Amino acid sequence: MVSQVFQEGAATNFHPVLPFLILLFPLLGALINGCGAFLWRNDKMVPALIGPGALIAAFIVVLLNFLGMSSAELHGAEISHLWTWIESGDLRIGVDLQFDQLSMLMCLIITGVGSLIHIYSVAYMREDPGFSRYFAYLNLFVFFMLILVLGASLPLMFVGWEGVGLCSYLLIGFWYDNKDFANAGKKAFIVNRIGDAGFLIAMFMLYVAFGTLDFVPIVESAGGQLAYGGLLVTGITLLLFLGCTGKSAQIPLYTWLPDAMAGPTPVSALIHAATMVTAGVYLIARLSVLFALAPVSQGVVAAVGAGTALFAATIAIQQYDIKKVLAYSTISQLGYMFLAVGVGAYTAGVFHLMTHAFFKALLFLGAGAVIHTVHHAWDHGGGDAHHHGDPNDMRNHGGMKAFMPKTWIFMWVATLAIAGVAPFAGFFSKDEIIWNAGGFGYPILWGVALVTAVLTAIYMTRLMVMTFHGKNRTFGHDSTDGAKHIHEVPALMWVPLGVLAVLSFVGGWVNIPEGLSLPIHVDWFHHWLEPVFEPALLVAEEHGIHVAHASPVGGGEALWAGISTLLAVIAVVVTFRTLRARAVPTEAEATPPTGFARLLYDKWYVDELYDRMIVRPSLALWRGCWKIVDTAIIDGIVNGVGQGTKLLGWAGGQIQSGRVTTYLVMFMLGVLLVLGVLG
Amino acid sequence: MAIYDSHWILTLLILIPVFGGMACLVLPEARAKHVALVTTTVLFVLSLPLFWTFDQSEAGFQNVVSIPWIDAWGISYSVGIDGISILMVLLTTFIMPLAVAGSFSYITKRERAFYAMLLFLTTGMIGVFVALDLFLFYVFWEIMLIPMYFLIGVWGGERRIYSAVKFFLYTAAGSLLMLVAIVALAYLNHTATGTWSFAYDEFLALEIAGRTQLWLFTGFALAFAIKVPMFPFHTWLPDAHVEAPTAGSVVLAGVLLKMGIYGFLRFALPLLPQAATHPTVLSVMLMLGLIGILYGAWVAAVQPDAKKLVAYTSVAHLGFIVIGVFGLTTQGIEGGILQMVNHGVSTGALFLLIGMLYERRHTREIADFGGIAKVMPVFAFALVVVGLSSIGLPGTNGFVGEFLILVGTFQTHPWIAAIAATGVIFAACYMLPMVQRMLFNSLDRDENRQLLDLNRRERLILVPFLVLIVLMGVWPGPFLNRTRASVDALLVRMQTAGTVGAEVVRQRQEPPPVAFRSNAEGE
Repeated sequence: MVSQVFQEGAATNFHPVLPFLILLFPLLGALINGCGAFLWRNDKMVPALIGPGALIAAFIVVLLNFLGMSSAELHGAEISHLWTWIESGDLRIGVDLQFDQLSMLMCLIITGVGSLIHIYSVAYMREDPGFSRYFAYLNLFVFFMLILVLGASLPLMFVGWEGVGLCSYLLIGFWYDNKDFANAGKKAFIVNRIGDAGFLIAMFMLYVAFGTLDFVPIVESAGGQLAYGGLLVTGITLLLFLGCTGKSAQIPLYTWLPDAMAGPTPVSALIHAATMVTAGVYLIARLSVLFALAPVSQGVVAAVGAGTALFAATIAIQQYDIKKVLAYSTISQLGYMFLAVGVGAYTAGVFHLMTHAFFKALLFLGAGAVIHTVHHAWDHGGGDAHHHGDPNDMRNHGGMKAFMPKTWIFMWVATLAIAGVAPFAGFFSKDEIIWNAGGFGYPILWGVALVTAVLTAIYMTRLMVMTFHGKNRTFGHDSTDGAKHIHEVPALMWVPLGVLAVLSFVGGWVNIPEGLSLPIHVDWFHHWLEPVFEPALLVAEEHGIHVAHASPVGGGEALWAGISTLLAVIAVVVTFRTLRARAVPTEAEATPPTGFARLLYDKWYVDELYDRMIVRPSLALWRGCWKIVDTAIIDGIVNGVGQGTKLLGWAGGQIQSGRVTTYLVMFMLGVLLVLGVLG
Repeated sequence: MAIYDSHWILTLLILIPVFGGMACLVLPEARAKHVALVTTTVLFVLSLPLFWTFDQSEAGFQNVVSIPWIDAWGISYSVGIDGISILMVLLTTFIMPLAVAGSFSYITKRERAFYAMLLFLTTGMIGVFVALDLFLFYVFWEIMLIPMYFLIGVWGGERRIYSAVKFFLYTAAGSLLMLVAIVALAYLNHTATGTWSFAYDEFLALEIAGRTQLWLFTGFALAFAIKVPMFPFHTWLPDAHVEAPTAGSVVLAGVLLKMGIYGFLRFALPLLPQAATHPTVLSVMLMLGLIGILYGAWVAAVQPDAKKLVAYTSVAHLGFIVIGVFGLTTQGIEGGILQMVNHGVSTGALFLLIGMLYERRHTREIADFGGIAKVMPVFAFALVVVGLSSIGLPGTNGFVGEFLILVGTFQTHPWIAAIAATGVIFAACYMLPMVQRMLFNSLDRDENRQLLDLNRRERLILVPFLVLIVLMGVWPGPFLNRTRASVDALLVRMQTAGTVGAEVVRQRQEPPPVAFRSNAEGE
């Protein structure tokens, strides 16, 4: 193993400790569990140990490396070369792992949160016949996700990028005998591939511009190589961003994520909330210097981010499926992150990525706990079949706090975190985004971010009220069966929830800005990521762009932080009081909403629009190619030529009558013809 | 191993299947398949060391043998391999034993003749890839046609006669034009040197006027374009595939489709460099390749028959290879050669898988299946892996080839490569719905509930495919390295003779950006 240091000046004392082990553990886990899916299908012990074990082992190696890096003054990136992957002409792509502050942080989140979700899954999935297959996919996902963040070049990152997409596809359609679920997986893959085509083309452009696809040389030479605001860098960044809108579910390619909720809930927590969907934010952070060189792209990223944040939040308000609410909430929160990296506040974007990983994973796992327990209550509690409906539907929940108090408390922690109430984690990260958006020069972005924060508080409180408060509706309005059959989830599930709750509470304290005028101020997080974003910030500075710290309407950071947290608290309280008093019909009794609410309930009809505008016309065109171009025209000509030849052969056959005189006449005619031509 | 230093190894590879085929014909019916399996396995084992004995720094031909055959016409038996053909030869010897093993339970009538045909076909295919005399090449090219015609016409499905005739006429029409071009080359050579010859080297030394080159190129190009097949000459392919028995389809997709591209790389480009780099010719070829990528994928996406679907995906895959070759860059051509192997592996495996299913259910209609992953998990696993390789998922072999092709072509024809890149979207649009409708959804038909998973023989057949898919996906170096010297020599030839090519190569040799170089030196 050769390690190289790309940096100028002083040598670092950091060298990655056994870097390949980080990848090897999840890969081995996937292989063993994959074999298990065929060979010891009914054994639950092996996957239950190997699945989470592989993750915890990887987490330990990551932690060692993280500690090593923290104690070293690493400036630049440490590259571990494993082997040469593709070499052709001047192009040389290695299987190289890049260790810097950003990839290290991502690895911590992936393996840390991933370990918790794997442990939770052991209990959640224990009765599923595909237990071993499940852990094989989940381990494989983590393997690819780690390649995505550790890959030292765009193509290697792309391996992870499409690899996680594959695992997402397999896990969304995990219960593949349900056609809707299998459809959802397929949709996710195809929609993502639209973005991936953009990613590919961007790579080709980068190769032409830089002669390499490794991150380190690209980032180091970007400022000198590409013209500021030039067409090339704008094109590259916009195409990369197209890739991001697919993977990270932004407008216009977000439609797969709500459908992706078909997968098992821990999958939604890991892949569709904490890790994979943030890959787009990571990509922009990784290549932040390119985006800093392309102000137009930055504007597009920020606008799409803000737009998606608001748009998805409006839909979340009218959903009844608990996972759908969380899915749209994820889209919305990802929008915040893109808003942040779009306005050049890369640290803020990554900060929100981290806190969101904590509280959104917690929300999904908590929702999973409720779904799991409702499902069991219906299965084991007997009751009459009449009440069996969708365990995801919040109209079938209600009053859960009495039965599952731990889950209830943890969920409130996450709700307050995502709503941005101080001092929960989400407050710090969201506040920083809103604050930075304010200084970008487009007050509307700032306004949208503030409005979305209020909407977030509203739909999350609605979720909490409908699920945990009021009377239980699981067995109908007046039934007391709920008390008999609904229980708190086992420790294997609530302990990971608890850990995530702690993180959702304290996770934001790694960065408490001075501007808040709080007694303590911490800038560890900013300091940690500084070396990664330095090139981008330098470019911005050179061109006179400062991430100004101001609100468009005056007032300091502390004031606006206060106002936003106050707004959040008001939204929570008002929503809570309003909905708490309102009677909720069960799923069976409910009628679809009307008016504007119906528009939100039906998700602005975007899926229908895409179906009419894109899917159906494409299929019609493709059928036309087959039936008209191929069958009618080309084969028509070919068969026509064939028929013509046959006709000619028939005519020839008529002449070959067998009479010698005819032959002689023909022969003479032929000779005359030849002589005539030659003569 | 002395034989690999000697000249006779390639001749041995050509002759062994002939004897094996004759043995099949005379031995008892029940023995035929075993003879064929042993023959093709021996062939593979014999050919494998070529991979290591091959000198990858050498651009010219290796293991060359040349003996006069028809002196009066200057025709000789000369064979040899270089970086362009070695992988093709090995691909052929790799696929044949698996195609034979895949026919064991599929072919139940006239087994002797069937396996003899497969073996004679093998001789033709290896001959095409190693021939260094254009007359000899033409003989092998035509020899190949006949067994394939019978494979489709005798052991095929319901419309086998129509398909066999269509296949034969399409390819024969192309071959005739090629024959004219070859004879014309010999004639030109005779005028220039005063002696008759069909030797490849002699033709390489010819100086041919630009306009004549264009005519000759047209003759070769039509023959090769039909073989590839390039849009709009592709309609024989779906019919041939649907009707052909599994082994026929595997060989057709795995090896025969490579002949067209091989012909371009071996003959049309180096012999007629000015024509091949003519801007109009390049535009036409690139456009047809691009159309193939999109059109093939689109038509594939709406096919109700699984085998026909896979047949159309070949049009798309070969379209990628065409733009890689005519992009005239190192990455494009190396990627193209690699992609030929990849396509042989993944599409060959796909046809085998569909054949295995056909043996059980006697249908290939996608709509007749559904949910069979429940009863055939091993089959499902293999189909998913092979399908992902076919649509170029990174980590599989398909990605490396496609990526190199696109990154190469982008340097000379950015718009073509950019539009071609959208092919990855449509690839997902044909493969995933098929996989879903066959393997996933509910297992709602009684016939499908009865299905048995793959047996040991079938699993053993698939293992080499799966191993190659992953191996070539994560470590393609050994394969790419062997093509390098010959591809570079080809490009230099295009550069010196052609106009566009010169520009291409010059661009490639520009030093990388200064800032990057300082890094590279620091390594």
